[in-house]
Amino acid sequence: MRALPPGLRRYAALAGLCAAVVLVQVLLSALHAEQYLVQLTMAAWYSLVAVGLCLLMGHTGQVSMGHGGFLAIGGYASAVLTTLAIPAAGASGTALLLRSLGILAARQDPATGADALAVAPWAAFPCALLLAAAVAFLVGIPVLRLKGHYLAMATLAFGFIVSRLLLGLKFCGEADGISGIPAFRLFAGLAVSGKKALRVPNYYEAWAVVALACFLSVNLMGSRTGRALRAIHGDEEAAAAMGIDTARAKLSVFVLSAVLSALGGVGIAHFGGGIGPGEAAVLKSVRYVALVAAGGMGSLWGTLAVSSVLTFLSLRGVFGLYDDAVFGAILVAAMLFAPEGVPRALAGGARRAASLPRGRGRPA
Amino acid sequence: MNRALLEVEGLHHWFGGLHVIDGVDLSCPEGVVKAVIGPNGAGKSTLFHLIGGALRPRTGSIRVGGKETAGLPSHRMARLGVARTFQSSRLFPGMSVLDNVLVGLHVRGRSGFLADALLPSSARSEERALRARALEALERLGIAELAQADAAGLPFGRQRIVEIARALAPKPRLLLLDEPACGLNNSETADLAERIRAIRAGGVTVLLVEHDMSLVMEVADQIAVLHYGRKIADGTPREIQADPDVISVYLGAADA
Amino acid sequence: MDPVQVLQYILSGITSGAVYAVVGIGFDIVYSATGIINFAQGDFLMLGGMIAVSLAPHMPLSLAVFCAVAATGCVGVLLHVVFIRWLRSPAVLRLIILTIGLSILLREAALHVWDEKVRALPFFSGDETSSLAVLGARVSPQVLWVLAVAALIVAGLGLFFRLTLTGKAMRACASNASAARLCGVDASALVTLSFFLSAALGALAGCAVSPITQTSYDMGTPLAVKGFTCAVLGGLGSPTAAVAAGLLVGLVESFSVSVLPLAFKDVASLCILLAILVLRPQGLFAGGSRSLKGGNR
Repeated sequence: MRALPPGLRRYAALAGLCAAVVLVQVLLSALHAEQYLVQLTMAAWYSLVAVGLCLLMGHTGQVSMGHGGFLAIGGYASAVLTTLAIPAAGASGTALLLRSLGILAARQDPATGADALAVAPWAAFPCALLLAAAVAFLVGIPVLRLKGHYLAMATLAFGFIVSRLLLGLKFCGEADGISGIPAFRLFAGLAVSGKKALRVPNYYEAWAVVALACFLSVNLMGSRTGRALRAIHGDEEAAAAMGIDTARAKLSVFVLSAVLSALGGVGIAHFGGGIGPGEAAVLKSVRYVALVAAGGMGSLWGTLAVSSVLTFLSLRGVFGLYDDAVFGAILVAAMLFAPEGVPRALAGGARRAASLPRGRGRPA
Repeated sequence: MNRALLEVEGLHHWFGGLHVIDGVDLSCPEGVVKAVIGPNGAGKSTLFHLIGGALRPRTGSIRVGGKETAGLPSHRMARLGVARTFQSSRLFPGMSVLDNVLVGLHVRGRSGFLADALLPSSARSEERALRARALEALERLGIAELAQADAAGLPFGRQRIVEIARALAPKPRLLLLDEPACGLNNSETADLAERIRAIRAGGVTVLLVEHDMSLVMEVADQIAVLHYGRKIADGTPREIQADPDVISVYLGAADA
Repeated sequence: MDPVQVLQYILSGITSGAVYAVVGIGFDIVYSATGIINFAQGDFLMLGGMIAVSLAPHMPLSLAVFCAVAATGCVGVLLHVVFIRWLRSPAVLRLIILTIGLSILLREAALHVWDEKVRALPFFSGDETSSLAVLGARVSPQVLWVLAVAALIVAGLGLFFRLTLTGKAMRACASNASAARLCGVDASALVTLSFFLSAALGALAGCAVSPITQTSYDMGTPLAVKGFTCAVLGGLGSPTAAVAAGLLVGLVESFSVSVLPLAFKDVASLCILLAILVLRPQGLFAGGSRSLKGGNR
């Protein structure tokens, strides 16, 4: 590690992540256990929320209890746009123009079987992210002036509102959500879709996005901006006195984390083929907080590790009926015993255990 | 007399029914150390908050280098070359001394949020330059060896010096010191007096709020006395010592 | 809208508002004593109702309610003693997340003990068909019970804080814990007492409202959010202000049904909360008195 120039050292962990991702896939394919890739892919998309929250909560110290709402906004926006059923017969001139540009794509209306037009996934994608960014911007401006309990409650209320809206609006499918979401075709035959044959490519697509998010985070954390964010976390008033525009910085991180969550939502929607209002539920949002808390607030890799493992286990149904209870217990245990995060606590414990037998402890 | 770097005119501020600053006029010439003293509750801290941008005055004008700054938020004040320290040393917890000073240099950096996220290399040369400046700032105050120490874990006296280094790093025009001698023993206070003289020699104008009269008498070129939100005296230390209003207000507290 | 319908909305709003007010008061009791916002506050109402429902077939209703209140109070004590008491000056963020985790655990425990079926206590007087005529509208006598319980809680707390030594000691601790300790007040015991009180009173309200709105394992979180709205609206520190705030929230929510689809009933009160937090976090009534530590600057 020391041989690397300091600039590259921070990417060592990122390289480790990529290596681990490849290793796991090769292993699972060799063991004919590729079905696990499905949950690992979903865990990757969900982890985007945790990465964004790590920047927001861990680094900048702003708690958000409603980030599931942003994942839902992203996922639903893409879902709604790509499952529109504009009748192809008798379509207007604008519609035909958009069709020729590829912005609208042909599909079959599931209700009538007739030819219909919907927004192509690649065109819906920027709309979904923009919508999430816009909502985060508008909500963030007033809400980020709050601190502590007020901020927690305000973000909780936000998540609640999104959840209720999704449950109540007809075009969002109410309690059933939206299904039949088409595959998101990328380039060179790659696509984000649930097709069994595309399991391995989808796994890499999802983790590539996570790696990109981590790349952005690592850059940010080690930069002047990252330092400013940590200063805001440490002492907001003093940070302002140093010339940091704290309101703007907090808003920027909030919007970034919202866009990352929305990105995860788009991935989930197209990979799973469907999305439901449960994604915005309070319990889901609290889960992400649990993952970041247990991972060690500001620790990106700790958060990612905890997030991938726990989300994978949860999706595999390992916790069964006690799923929510497990995350609640993790929250409580992490806050009581390992506020600096489980990985760091374990590492500290291991270090202490390793130094015990030598008896070289200095006198008190 | 040098031209005034800081001019406060007709400043009024109140909280609810309490008129905390009641028509204060103050001017601080460039390159001078000016102390603001007064009994508890005189409004000294409020005055600092108003000048520093943490509070917006109800009425009145504050000018720094001729530019009107009343009501500008703290971060804008920093960009105009006004730096400040706090009464209870507020170093950023969980960060090293060097990182603390680097935050002080925030105003001297230009890379934006997006650039920092996407392009590490462009930020890096700027980062190297900032680091060099930060180390230089620590060296100037003689604490370069503390660079990697955990800032919040230092003894209080050292924390104070780090805070001053952090405030001075961006080479401000005006330095606001909020009770810098608070919590320091006699030898540390003498050391502080030396440092303040050195800061003045470096061309920085200093405005300080202080209770410790020995420090004030040692370093101040000018002293302004506040009482119940009003300025009751303004002049050289000798003039202030002889001023009957000041004496009656302090009742012989001149030998602190 | 004809006058009778308006009256129905008003009565419905007052009923739910009274419940929200009690939740808000519960928040306030604990906050005054400890500076902690206990997110599990709403779940105490749920627990009270559920326990009473389980006990009701085996004993007179009043005894069931009494036992449920006492048991929930003990749960509150447990929460403090086991999870919170031994933390040494924890960060605000840590406490928030901790109490949210505790709320989830309570909720999940209830799910596993009682399953997801909705339950209801028998009506305190009469049954589900009995109704009284009030100015042309028909109202269940249970509504009067809910209002009576809320009034009893507010009045009782007022007397307790003003007249009893323990109550005065609690208020002293809220103002200045170290000074109170120097006078010989056992601050830690008082904090535990505050948890007991907030839990027990919440349980009482939960029992009173159970016949009307039913009790389900997941009713705690929405109640907590709305109760917090009352606590903030009323400006923490005044039970009467919390009641006024509760009535406001309840009425807005109730009337919102006439303009919004029923599915969005919660959205109205949530928007109130957001608006208040952003515009005037020190509350509408308190005249800018206490606001949360670490609140809006």
